[in-house]
Amino acid sequence: MTTAVLTSPIVPVPGPGPRTDGRLTGEATLSGGLTALIGALGLALGLSVVFGGARHLRIGWLLPLVGVSFDLDPLGGVFIAATGAVSIAVGIYAIGYAKREHWARFPMVTLPLFVTGMLLVPAAGSVTTFLLAWELMAGASLVLVLTEHRRDAVRSAGAFYAIMTQLGFVAILIALVVLSAAGGDTFSAIATHAADITPGTRTAVFVLTLLGFGSKAGLLPLHAWLPRAHPEAPSPVSALMSAAMVNMGIFGIIRIDLQLLGPGPHWWGLTLMIFGAISAVFGVLQASVATDLKQLLAYSTTENMGLVTLALGAAALLSSSGAPAVAAIAMTAALLHLLSHSAFKTLAFLGAGSVLSATGLRDLDKLGGLARRMPATTVLFGIGALGASGLPLGAGFASEWLLFQSLIHSPHGANTVLALAMPLSVGAVALTSGLGILAMVKAFGVGFLARPRSAGAEAAREAPASMLAGMTLAAAACMVFAVAPVLLGPTLAHVLAVLPTLGGSAEGPRLGTILRLPGVDGSISPGVIAGALIIAVLTSVILARWGVRHRPPAVVTPLWACGADALSSRMQYTATSFAEPLQRVFDDVLRPDTDVEVTHFAESQYLIEKVTYQTRLDDPVEQRFYVPVVRAVTAWAQYVRRAHNGSIHLYLSYGALGMLIVLLVAR
Amino acid sequence: MSALSVVAAVLQVVGVLAGAPLIVGGMRQIRARLEGRAGGGVLQPWRDLQKQFRKQQITPTGTTVVFLVAPAVVAGSTLLIAAIVPIIALGSPLDPVADLFGVVGLLFLGTVALTLAGLDTGTAFGGMGSSREITIAALVEPTILLAVFALSVPGHSANLAAIVSGTARNPGQVLTPGSLLALVALVIVIIAEAGRLPVDNPTTHLELTMIHEAMVLEYAGPKLALVEWASAMRLTVMLALIANLFLPWGIAGAHPTVFAVALGILAVTVKVVVLASFLAAGEVFIAKLRLFRVPELLAGSFLLALLAVTASYFLAAATT
Repeated sequence: MTTAVLTSPIVPVPGPGPRTDGRLTGEATLSGGLTALIGALGLALGLSVVFGGARHLRIGWLLPLVGVSFDLDPLGGVFIAATGAVSIAVGIYAIGYAKREHWARFPMVTLPLFVTGMLLVPAAGSVTTFLLAWELMAGASLVLVLTEHRRDAVRSAGAFYAIMTQLGFVAILIALVVLSAAGGDTFSAIATHAADITPGTRTAVFVLTLLGFGSKAGLLPLHAWLPRAHPEAPSPVSALMSAAMVNMGIFGIIRIDLQLLGPGPHWWGLTLMIFGAISAVFGVLQASVATDLKQLLAYSTTENMGLVTLALGAAALLSSSGAPAVAAIAMTAALLHLLSHSAFKTLAFLGAGSVLSATGLRDLDKLGGLARRMPATTVLFGIGALGASGLPLGAGFASEWLLFQSLIHSPHGANTVLALAMPLSVGAVALTSGLGILAMVKAFGVGFLARPRSAGAEAAREAPASMLAGMTLAAAACMVFAVAPVLLGPTLAHVLAVLPTLGGSAEGPRLGTILRLPGVDGSISPGVIAGALIIAVLTSVILARWGVRHRPPAVVTPLWACGADALSSRMQYTATSFAEPLQRVFDDVLRPDTDVEVTHFAESQYLIEKVTYQTRLDDPVEQRFYVPVVRAVTAWAQYVRRAHNGSIHLYLSYGALGMLIVLLVAR
Repeated sequence: MSALSVVAAVLQVVGVLAGAPLIVGGMRQIRARLEGRAGGGVLQPWRDLQKQFRKQQITPTGTTVVFLVAPAVVAGSTLLIAAIVPIIALGSPLDPVADLFGVVGLLFLGTVALTLAGLDTGTAFGGMGSSREITIAALVEPTILLAVFALSVPGHSANLAAIVSGTARNPGQVLTPGSLLALVALVIVIIAEAGRLPVDNPTTHLELTMIHEAMVLEYAGPKLALVEWASAMRLTVMLALIANLFLPWGIAGAHPTVFAVALGILAVTVKVVVLASFLAAGEVFIAKLRLFRVPELLAGSFLLALLAVTASYFLAAATT
C-alpha cells in the first residue's frame, strides 16, 4: 500500500486524430455493446451446455499441426456462463464509462477481445487451445491494464503484472507440456490415460499448475500483482479481472488437477486448504487496513479466492477420506461462492469506477458524502458490499454457510489430518468473515456516508444511465444469490455430476427455498430470513410509534459539536483512523511503518507547534519474498551482462558454439 | 410444528420485548445496592423508555436514511432472533430457516447497521464509536462462530433445536472439555458484544472510553429509546440462548403442552435472572479494561474457542 495521493488519476488519453463527441459516443457504444453481446452469447452457450450436455468442436485448419479443439462440458459451461454474465454488465457499463473517460481506440478494441479470450479458456478441449486462449486473455488484459499508461503507477503495475502473468504462464506451459507428453494433446485423451501417468509426473504437474493457476487466482504468495494491477486498470477492466479472470485460475485447478488428474493424494487437498486459508486471512487483513477503495476490493478478491480454494481443498480432502456427501457440500460451496463473488465483485468494482469517474478519487480518506450526491450508486455499491461481508441478505451468505457446514460435518475420527485441518479451517474462515465485515463497513461507511472529505468528493455527480444500468444488472444477480440461491440449484447439480472425484457421485445439497443438506442435519433459508427480517423491522417501526401522539413536531438540528461552533469535515474519522485499532491489534502481522514527528515552539519544549503523523503499510509478503528475489535476479543479471559486451565477434562465436553443442547433442 | 409452538414463538418475542428492560433494570438495581446506592428500581428502564418515546423526533443535519433506519434494523433483527432461538420451546416454526450461523449473522447485521449510522453522522464521536465497535465485533464474530461449532460437533448439527435437545437428552455433554471451553469463550464474547464491563461501560459518558455510547451519541428521543430497547433485548436474548445451550432443563419440546410452555417461561425467566444477577454482581468488582487491552481478552477467548472446536473434534474421534 502506498500513501501516494492520486489527485487526478484520470488523464484523458487523446486517440489518433481528433474525435468528435458523437464519434466517441459511437465508438464507446460499439465497444461496450459488442462486449455485452459477446457476453450474452457466452451466457446462452454456457447455460445450454450446462443443461443440454457436453459438446465437442474441432477446427483443424485454424492452427497448423494440431488444430483447435473445443470441449464443452457443464464445468466449463458454468464458467463460460459466469464470464458471460459479468461481461454483459461490464459491457453496458463500459458504454458510459469509455465515453466519460475519453478512452482511446486501443482499449476499446481490446475489451471485447479480452472477454473472448476469457470465454475460450473454459471451452478449450486440448492443451494447445487452452494455452492459446490463456495467452489471449493474459495479453488482452495487460493491454487493458495499461490503458492509462501515462501515469507512473500504471506502468509499474503493468510491468509487475506482465512479469508475473508470464512467469505463471511458463509454469502452466511446462506442466501442460509434461501432461500432454504423458497423455496426449486433447483433454479427453489425457483423461483416458490418466491412470497410466506416474505419481512423479502427477506431483510435478500439480505443483506447477498450482503455482501458475494460483498466481492467476491471486493466492498467496503469488498475489502481489493483483492489488497493483486491479486498482490501476480502468474500473470496467478491474471488474472483469476481479470477477471473471481470477475465476480462470480456479477453473484451471479444478479442470487439470482435480478433474483430469484427480483423485489426488491427501496432501493435494491439504495444500489447497493451506494456501486458501492463508490467502483468505491475509487478503482480508490487508483489505481491512487498505485506504484505497479499489485496492481494498482487490485484496478482497484474494480473500474470496482463498475461501474458494479452501473449499476446493476441503472437497478433495473429504472425498479422499471417504466422505463424498460432505465433499459434495464443500464443492457446492466453492462453486456458489465463486459465482456470488463474481456478482458482488463486479458490482463493487463498477461502483468504485463510478466514484472514481465522478470524483477523481480512490482514496477513502478523501471520499465521503456520496450518499447525497450519488444516491443510486450508493445503494448499488451497498448491495455489493453487503454481499462481500457475508451477512444475511448479502450475496455471500449462502455460500459461506455451506462452507461452514461442510467443515463442521466432516467425519470425525476418519484420520488425524482431518481432525486437525477442519477446526483450523473453521478458525480461518471465521476470522475471515469477521474481518470481512469490517473491511466492507469501512468501504461503504467511510466512502459513501458522512460528509465529503475533499473538494473532489464535494463535487461528485451521479453516474450516467448506462453505467447505472450495468450496475443494476449486477445488483439483480446479487439479489438472486442473496435471497433465492434456489435458482442456482439445477446448474450446480449438473456441474457436480461431472466431478465424480469431488463428491459428484453423492447427492449435493438441495438448494430449495430452504437449503437442506443431504445426510446431515442442517438447513437455512436466506429468502425466508429476508422476508422475516422485513416483517420484524416493520414491527419495530410500529413499536416505535408508541407515544407518537405526545410528540412535538420533528425538527432538524445541527450535530452535537461539544459546544463549539461547527464541525469541519476534517474532524471526521477517516478510513485510516477507522482501521487504526485493528492495525494495532495485528501490528505484528501488518508491520506498519509509523512516523510521528513533534515540532516544539522555540520558546519552550513544553509547547507543541505541530505534530505530523505518517503511517505507511506495505504488503509484508511482498517485502519479505519479492524483494530478495528481485535483488537476486538483478545481481545475476549484472553477472550475465559481462557476457554480452556489444562485440559482434563475440556474439558470432556464441552462435557458433551454440550450434556446435546442438549438433553434438542431436547427433 | 403445532399451533402451540407458534404460540410459544410469539410468546418468546413478546417476553423478550417486555422482559428486556426489566432485566436491565434489575442489573442496575443489583449494582446500585452492592455499591451502597438506593437505585432507581427495576422498572426505571421502562419509565425511561416511556419518557423517551414521547420526546421530539430529532434529525441531525447531514444524516441520511442509514441513520434513520438503523435503530429499526437493530430492533428488528433482535426480534427475529428472539423468534428463532429456543427460549421457551424447541419447535419454533422458524427453526429450519436459520441455524446458529444465521443467528450470528443477524446479530451482526444489527451491529453493522448501528456502526454505519455512527459513521453517517460524520462526527468524531460517531466515527470513533463505530471504529471501536466494529473492531470488537470483527474479533467477536470468529469466536462466536467457533464456539457455536464446538457445540454443534457432538450433535452433528448447527440447528439450535438439535443442539439444545441433544444437550437435554445427554446432560453429560456439557461437562466435556469442548463444551466448557466453548462456554467460557461464549461468555466473554457475549459480554463484549453486549457492551458490558470490562469491555465497555454502558453507563459511561467519558469520550475516551466510550464505545457503544459514542456510536449512538447523536440519537435522541424515540430513536434513542429504540436503540436502548434493542440493546437490552440483545443482552436478554443472548443470556437466554447461553442458558439454554448449556442448561436446557425446563424448556418445552417441539410439540409442547400448555403446561410445558408455562414451565418453559418460568424456567427461562429463572435462568436469565440468575445469569444477569451474576453478571451484575461481577461488574461491581471489575474495572473497565483499557481499550487496547480488550483485543487481548478477545484473542484469548478466540483461542479458547479454537481449542474447544479441536477438543470436540478429537474427543468425538475418540468416542466414535
